[in-house]
Parts: sequence; structure tokens; C-alpha cells
Amino acid sequence: MITLAQLLTLSGILFSLAVAGIFLNRKNVILLLMCVELILLAANFNFIAFSRYLGDLHGQVFVFFILTVAAAESAIGLAIVVVLFRERRSVDVEDLNTLKG
Amino acid sequence: MLIQGLFYIFSTILVLAALGVIISRNPVYSALALVMCFVTSAAIWLLLEAEFLAVVLVLVYVGAVMVLFLFVVMMLDINLAALREGFTRFAWLGWLTALAVIVEIAGVVWARGGLGIDASHGAPGSAADYSNTLALGSILYTHYAYPLELAAMLLLVAIVAAISLTMRRRTGLKQQDISAQVAVRSQDRMRLVKMASEKRP
Repeated sequence: MITLAQLLTLSGILFSLAVAGIFLNRKNVILLLMCVELILLAANFNFIAFSRYLGDLHGQVFVFFILTVAAAESAIGLAIVVVLFRERRSVDVEDLNTLKG
Repeated sequence: MLIQGLFYIFSTILVLAALGVIISRNPVYSALALVMCFVTSAAIWLLLEAEFLAVVLVLVYVGAVMVLFLFVVMMLDINLAALREGFTRFAWLGWLTALAVIVEIAGVVWARGGLGIDASHGAPGSAADYSNTLALGSILYTHYAYPLELAAMLLLVAIVAAISLTMRRRTGLKQQDISAQVAVRSQDRMRLVKMASEKRP
């Protein structure tokens, strides 16, 4: 029997690996997008675990909506990456300095 | 016991694949490791009796989003050496943050009464004729009908945004302009010139 604590620990490990990935690959925009996908997957794990152990189906509906929004986000993000590559010939975050923010 | 063992196997594969995503040298390998992550996550969701979401994860993520990622990674001619330099500069900070997050979450989860609910027991299995898809659909199309419409609208907006971002018009390209062809008038095409007739030499 899988317990709730095991699932939450697994999703915590997944989340922290994704955060470490953001630190490691901080120059490559595509890998940053992939790490964001991993973070959303960890959040979905929490939703499904609590939905199962509290017997409440609304958590799974939330996962459904998170999947929708994440798909839209990655589609637009990759479109922005393609446009960025056409302008700068690179996907380095450090080249994004036009706004001088 | 079988479910417990399967859970440990899939969790190990999932964590190793996530490590592969963040430390592999080639973005293509990262994307493939992310596909592995999603597939094993779908397997764990099946163990948790969230069948519909497991199938949707494989269909939407592995089938659509990761193909899009692979397409972009392979289409763009990225200079990997420039992106890899300084890889280890903030690595210690990344691992330190990861370790802190793991310790905090495990501390909250495994401490007695840390969550406010008893987290150390499993959930009972559903009845044999229980349909996850049916239950989810009946709640999604009644209670969440309006958010569902909004999500569909969001996807439409995302399609339009992605296409309008990446579409480019090249100047100087020879191509048909249909509206200009339809709108043309005969007096624009032919010019009648009055001139005196030529003398026969």
C-alpha cells in the first residue's frame, strides 16, 4: 500500500531536482522550460496524492486544468524561443538584455 | 506488497530520469529523459487509480508537448559549448537549495502530525466497477463546465499566439496575392493610347 508520506516525499524530490536544474542550466532557455515542466509535474503529484487519500475528486480536475495551462505555456514559450533564436542566433538567457532591466 | 514494490521501482526510474534531464550534456537527451519522466509518472498515477489523468499525461505530454520540445531543440542550431560554460559555477548553490527543499518537505511530511492528517496509511482500493473517467467526466461537465470552456478558450488563444509569433513574412518573395488578383479592374490592366497613324515610307 502506497502511503501519502511516500508520495509527498517523491514529489518533493522531483521538485527540488527541478529547482537544482534551473540553477545548473540557467543559460539555456529550452532547459529552463523543461525544468518548469518538471516542477508542474511535481505539483500534479501532490494534487493526485491528496485527491486519492482524501477521497475527493476535485483534485484530479485541478490536475486536468494544470495540464491544459502547462501545454499552452510550453507552446507559447517555445514560439518565443524560436523568435528569439531568429533575432539573436542563440538561446542564451544572458543575451536577453535589450530592456536593461 | 506488489503495488509497494512497483511504486519503488517506478520512483527510482523517475528520480534517475529527472537527474538525467538536469545534468545531461545534450538538450536532445534531456528531452528524451523528460519523456521517460512523464511515462513513469503516468505509471505511478495508474497505481494511484487516476487512470484518466495517466492516459491524458501520456497523450498530451509525450504525444504533443515533448514532440514540440524535440522539434524545437533539433531545429535550432544551438552552440552548446557557449551554453555549457559556467555550468558548475552555481552548481553548489543549486544542490544546496535542492537539499534544503528535500529536508524541509521530508521534515514536514514525516514529522508526527506535521500535515494535520495521518499520512502514514494507504487509501483503500476502489470497487471493481468504479470508472475513474466516468466520475471525472460527470464532475467536469457539471460542476466545472464554465472553467472547462475557459480552458478551451485559453488553448485557442495559445494557438493563435504561437502561430502569430512564429509566422514571418519575407519581403521580395514571389507569391500570389489573391485579394489583389480578385480586386483588379480591366481599366487597370489595359491602357488605350491614341496616336496618329504612321506614314508609309
